[in-house]
Amino acid sequence: MSARVTLATASRVLRQIRRDPRTLALILVVPPALLTLFRFVFDGQPQTFDRVGPPMVGIFPFVSMFLVTSIAMLRERTTGTLERLMSLPLAKLDLLLGYGIAFAVLAVAQATLTALVAFGPLGLDSAGPVWLIVLLAVANAVLGMALGLCLSAFAETEFQAVQFMPAFVLPQLLLCGLLVPTDQMATLLYWVSYLLPMTYAYDALARATADELDARLLLDAAVLAGAIVLSLMLGAATLRRRTP
Amino acid sequence: MGATVSSSGPPISVDGLRVERRGRLVLPSISLEVRDGVVTGLLGPSGSGKTTLMRAIVGVQIVAAGRVTVLGSPAGSPENRWRVGYVTQDPSVYADLTVRENLRYFARILDAPAGRIEEAIATVDLGAHAEQVVRTLSGGERSRVSLASALLGHPQVLILDEPTVGLDPVLRRDLWETFRRLAEEGTTLLVSSHVMDEADRCDELLLMRDGRIVATGSPESLRRATGSDDLEDAFLALAEGA
Repeated sequence: MSARVTLATASRVLRQIRRDPRTLALILVVPPALLTLFRFVFDGQPQTFDRVGPPMVGIFPFVSMFLVTSIAMLRERTTGTLERLMSLPLAKLDLLLGYGIAFAVLAVAQATLTALVAFGPLGLDSAGPVWLIVLLAVANAVLGMALGLCLSAFAETEFQAVQFMPAFVLPQLLLCGLLVPTDQMATLLYWVSYLLPMTYAYDALARATADELDARLLLDAAVLAGAIVLSLMLGAATLRRRTP
Repeated sequence: MGATVSSSGPPISVDGLRVERRGRLVLPSISLEVRDGVVTGLLGPSGSGKTTLMRAIVGVQIVAAGRVTVLGSPAGSPENRWRVGYVTQDPSVYADLTVRENLRYFARILDAPAGRIEEAIATVDLGAHAEQVVRTLSGGERSRVSLASALLGHPQVLILDEPTVGLDPVLRRDLWETFRRLAEEGTTLLVSSHVMDEADRCDELLLMRDGRIVATGSPESLRRATGSDDLEDAFLALAEGA
């Protein structure tokens, strides 16, 4: 592992995204736009918007970074650049952390912009600190990045990679408690929800919003950190120096 | 710089290498040696296992049996990642970065000084396109970016998989002159091709067919052994005799 190679990788990934202004615009504009849509869909129920709004600020980066990373890593595999990197003096962790840093930077921009729009013109209220929501958003982005990275190993085409989003992200969104509190779900789903990282992400965001900065929030944060480390390790396991 | 080899043996030695890919036996049991500081041509029809053999020498191929030693260490060992350059058949560079951005990234991985980037660009004659995004380059230009990336670390061993495919004759000649110069500076080159007219540019030849080496030697010795002036005829004679 070397800081030189990790940072070179992060800046290379950011440069690639900068070369693609439309993707960059989509990453930055879609979450605030969707949140605006939510605001007016729930025009008659401002309390609903106040409940789901802040967690959404924190969950968007998970979804977009999951998608962007799984496609980016699939491209590295299919264009042979991953094979070149694996034949060079680059540690797997250099590549993973390089991607992680690049997407965390993007997530900071995305979450900050979304938060500015949400808590500014859209009039969203949060009892808790907004910086904590942004921080959790960045953690979610890194988690989404790590999961996208390891799932991309199981996709052979971009069509398959895109389908991983409804297959792996949508169920987590449904089960995380955002739409319905987990204790109102069928018992089996209630238990399943505790196996999914987004449940903890949502719970942490909901507590941050409600200004419940308690031990349970710390536990959520610890689980999130553990999920990030675990998925980075799984991601590293999918990167092979030698291939068939 | 590339002239020093850490061990006294040949820079590349393959012993009883067996490789299966997707249930197909590509290399049943191949053994060979590549000499120091020369250009060795790996020739054979497509599908004969040239790429698989090269991947095994670089150390990115899962092998079933056998031993591949490069510069005194097992193929793909951490120290060899610094000393072995590999150019795949399809250019493996980032299409959405410029030529210089690609080279800068690979140079930083290899901890190569910035001056190496300009040298590599000059070697492959891409100076006029240095700031161009790779996607907008022609196929031949892209493969030169890939080649330049492999030159950055001053590798002692350079593995080139069909580096001249799709290049115009002038550029092909220039690249062969570059390979020659690198060999004179002490680099060991293994260059694959399925075009027999490139065989004469090599010092040593490895003729491959169906995952086996059917003949080795200098172009001159192969001509003498088969009694034919044309290397293509010589190859046919050897392949059918095998």
